[in-house]
Amino acid sequence: MSEQNRVPTLLLLPALLGLAFLALPLVGLLLRTPWDRLGEQLAAPAVREALWLSLITATVATVLCLLLGVPLALLLSRTRLPGIRLIRAVITVPLVLPPVVGGVALLLAFGRNGVLGRYLDAWFGITLPFTSAGVVLAETFVAMPFLVIAVEGALRGIDRRYEEAAATLGAGRWTVFRRVTLPMIAPGVLAGAVLCWARALGEFGATITFAGNFPGTTRTMPLTVYLALETDPQAATVLSLLMLVVSVLVLAGLRHRWVGVQ
Amino acid sequence: MTLDANLVAVQGDFRLSLPLTVDSGRTCAILGPNGAGKSTALRTVAGLHPLSGGHITIAGRPVDRLSARDRRVGLVFQDYLLFDHLTVLENVAFGLRARRASDVRDKALHWLDRVGLADYADRRPRQLSGGQAQRVALARALVTEPDVLLLDEPLAALDVAARAHVRAELRGWLADYTGATLLVTHDPLDAMVLADEMVVLEGGVVVQRGTPAEVATHPRTPYVATLVGLNLYRGSLAAGVVTLESGSLTVTSGEEGEVLVAFPPSAVGLYPARPEGSPRNCWPVTVSEIEPHTGTVRVRLTGSPDVQADITTAAVAELSLSPGTRLWATVKATEIRTYPV
Repeated sequence: MSEQNRVPTLLLLPALLGLAFLALPLVGLLLRTPWDRLGEQLAAPAVREALWLSLITATVATVLCLLLGVPLALLLSRTRLPGIRLIRAVITVPLVLPPVVGGVALLLAFGRNGVLGRYLDAWFGITLPFTSAGVVLAETFVAMPFLVIAVEGALRGIDRRYEEAAATLGAGRWTVFRRVTLPMIAPGVLAGAVLCWARALGEFGATITFAGNFPGTTRTMPLTVYLALETDPQAATVLSLLMLVVSVLVLAGLRHRWVGVQ
Repeated sequence: MTLDANLVAVQGDFRLSLPLTVDSGRTCAILGPNGAGKSTALRTVAGLHPLSGGHITIAGRPVDRLSARDRRVGLVFQDYLLFDHLTVLENVAFGLRARRASDVRDKALHWLDRVGLADYADRRPRQLSGGQAQRVALARALVTEPDVLLLDEPLAALDVAARAHVRAELRGWLADYTGATLLVTHDPLDAMVLADEMVVLEGGVVVQRGTPAEVATHPRTPYVATLVGLNLYRGSLAAGVVTLESGSLTVTSGEEGEVLVAFPPSAVGLYPARPEGSPRNCWPVTVSEIEPHTGTVRVRLTGSPDVQADITTAAVAELSLSPGTRLWATVKATEIRTYPV
């Protein structure tokens, strides 16, 4: 190793402290996991219920994000609207907004007396807060930016002359999108969807604020972990381990894009 | 299916102005240096670059206002742009499916067979060699029976070994094609072999047009002269002597007035001292550059006028040439062609 590549000794200590700070809680989680009671804990009805609810809502939210987010990314990358910077900012807000605030905002929009929720309730009898649909809505709100940003990046990265080639061959805009653009950005869409799903799965703040905490309908995994911590710490540990495993798997799936490991 | 156009296009400060007519079954080559506007011209015909003036008529039908998909123009890109997520067969079938044709698979297979790649139908484009990819790109464009075929530097992406072979092949395809073909290249050989007529574009304007043979033997700009490997000068001819901007040349022509004068570098003789008998075209020169070609050495010399000479490697050693060497250059009057400006 050359002299230039050496980290100054003074910085080595905080670097190692930082690493330990990030790693220790995870190690602690592994050490305190009741491995002998793992199966039993996971099989508990309340846990299975929460797990199932989480998987379904996160998946539905991801599908919703794909249906709305891919076209939105296309709009962002392909049009030169005057207010495009503002639109981009609006789309990115949920990334930095405290999820609880997101939940409050959702209540104000879709709650019974909300801007839109009022009419949904009055005209269609649809109530979103404190239902499983509300969970999906909260997760979609928080997770969509991840998908939009990933897909927009992919769209900017492709060689647009392929789309031109398709157009000269007689393909209309929709055909070009379906048969050329979409297959070309597929890896980016997939990466965005996985990230989006992971974010939806871990959603807590917006969910508990907008959808509440009802077992079976809105009590997702993160909510269950939080509650279990007071009543049954072992169960909380097991559930946390499960979510850690999911996170590691997501990271492994995206390692080429995010960690730079070949 | 004649292509008749006056292409006027703007890109930043650059302005292209190219009147053009290509009859059915004919091939026109657009030749020019980088940045001359060749590709812009093709893209404008294809509908991928906006026309800011003039017109484009294909088979009597104005297409200026049509989008790329409706122009019935086949475009083969320099780097082919085959769709890597589709098989070779599906690449060829793409245009047919987009236009909702019938018997898509049969027609695509038929074309793959014509270009000799039926065995590669299920491969991915990235598994093909450059020459094969080019044939697939050509088949993909031709299967839709376009009224006009546009080829953008069709041989540029190939290595030298493959180029001659593919060029000959391409000539065969173009001979069978009944529409008008517009070919962009910076290699005069492509134009010689493939085109019936030739347009030389420099800085967005036409500087010369004619058959490839005409252009090659009677270049009108230094760019074209260098391309076809000729010494070219402009001057005024009177009493058998052309007075150039710098120096003069004795010629056999009896014409009078402004002329272009051209002779091949192989017609130039180089001597260490003023040769005996003093040929009429003889002037002192200084070596500025020496570059080896196949079999010969191209020597660039400054003098009145500047000149390029092709000599053998043995002669380079014999004259012990290096930049700065002073020599005498000679050209026989009978080797010099003159033609009116």
